[in-house]
Amino acid sequence: MALFDRLLLFLVSEAFLFYVFSGTAVASALCVVLQRNPMHSAFALIVTFCSLSAVYGLLGAPFIAALQIIVYAGAIMVLFLFVLMLLNVKREEPSGGRALKTAAILLGALFALQVVGTLAGFGLSPAANYDSSTQSFARLLFGTRFLYVFEATSILILAALVGAVVVAKKDL
Amino acid sequence: MSPVLQEVVITLLKVVILTQLLLGLFSFMTLAERRLLAFMQFRLGPNRTGPFGLFQPIADGIKLFFKEELMPDSATAWAFFAAPIVAVTAAFMAIATVPYGPEFTIPGTSFKVTPQLADLDVGILFIFAVTSLGVYSVVLAGWSANSKFSLLGGLRSSAQMFSYELSLGMSFVGVIMLAGSFKISDIVATQAGGFWNWNVMPWKQGLAAVVYFISAAAEVSRTPFDLPEGETELVAGYHTEYSSMKFALMQMAEYINMITVSVLTANLFLGGWNPGLPFLPTSGLWGLAYFAAKVLFVLFVFIWMRGTLPRFRYDQLMHFGWKVLIPLAALNVLGTATLIAVFKW
Repeated sequence: MALFDRLLLFLVSEAFLFYVFSGTAVASALCVVLQRNPMHSAFALIVTFCSLSAVYGLLGAPFIAALQIIVYAGAIMVLFLFVLMLLNVKREEPSGGRALKTAAILLGALFALQVVGTLAGFGLSPAANYDSSTQSFARLLFGTRFLYVFEATSILILAALVGAVVVAKKDL
Repeated sequence: MSPVLQEVVITLLKVVILTQLLLGLFSFMTLAERRLLAFMQFRLGPNRTGPFGLFQPIADGIKLFFKEELMPDSATAWAFFAAPIVAVTAAFMAIATVPYGPEFTIPGTSFKVTPQLADLDVGILFIFAVTSLGVYSVVLAGWSANSKFSLLGGLRSSAQMFSYELSLGMSFVGVIMLAGSFKISDIVATQAGGFWNWNVMPWKQGLAAVVYFISAAAEVSRTPFDLPEGETELVAGYHTEYSSMKFALMQMAEYINMITVSVLTANLFLGGWNPGLPFLPTSGLWGLAYFAAKVLFVLFVFIWMRGTLPRFRYDQLMHFGWKVLIPLAALNVLGTATLIAVFKW
């Protein structure tokens, strides 16, 4: 029984779940880049979004977790897949010469160096303990601090929406 | 046992009970649907297996187990296998966070139980998020089989699902604004008292209830909106190529989704586990009974609709979703917001 108890507690422990979901996120993100078939990449990207959402949930931000799935996995990726299915995109063939590849590797290495350098400056510390309920999030977003930024963003998105309709439809 | 461990064990027990209940309800829904439809059409329906045909679901299950598994040669194997898994997982995850009744003590003990797996702070949002993942089973199934009918069916279904998801999501907003919370238990609490406090009433969220119910029927592809299964033109839509247990899993996901939608309707609009009349008892097990009655009623309405309404044409479907339901839902949000902000409703 004691062994069973410990197994159960281990399976629901935050550390275990974190490694499961972040591991899945990294593996599927690699899949997105390494796959040649665009449909497979798109599906791998959905897995990445879902595992990221689980990580947000573990960090105590359920609202962000739900939004991550609704917006990215639920809406944007469905549109992607829809377009891929309609266009019937073929396997991507390897392209680019030796020079291009060398340049890509060099630039990639430079970027990795920057990321590592930045992250090393932060050091490791436990996640900050803050009130992450939906209500406090809403107060922050719709309170005096971010209200105007939020409204400005929504007007920008609305303008983009109208613009897209005007461009797509020749005669309204 | 430590408190954490106790919590884990109780949750696991709840998971087992809930899954078994849902599977039972699903299999008897298939029977109830066939028999009720038969009665509506002056037939008898399946009544040969056991008393009143009650063993028909078991017979169907055994039959499906022993059917041959087929997969088209040109299918993408992993996606073909993943589609039913995604469908069932999404369906069960969605139903995991809904409450089924008030907290009650198990008769004969002093043990308190809440008939809900997890009362999330983001309740409705989580359910909305997970049900939107269900679309992927349709996309995967339609695309992976590499068959014309599957692909066309998959395209149709996914377009239908994400068109109606918008009005579905917007119909929640008024309810959330009235309750001031995403938590379903809070929303149920605001409908306590009498049936005149239920959100389905025209002076509360009647419009939202209508929009929600229609969009939900479309979201789970029930009859007036069952274009994915337009037999005459598409064979069986996205699950044309599925056979045996994979087909059964797809079917199961559809029914579980229907149950989720009914449970949500009962919770959000029909007052949850409130009896509707102030003098009726509201404690523990009574609440469960009222709730079950409401859910079964909504399920019956779904079957009733199937026996009554003809199928939409595809352009009518899109027209209705985008040009009627979404504006209505937006109007409801606007009206509720005005009433709350200006008249302190």
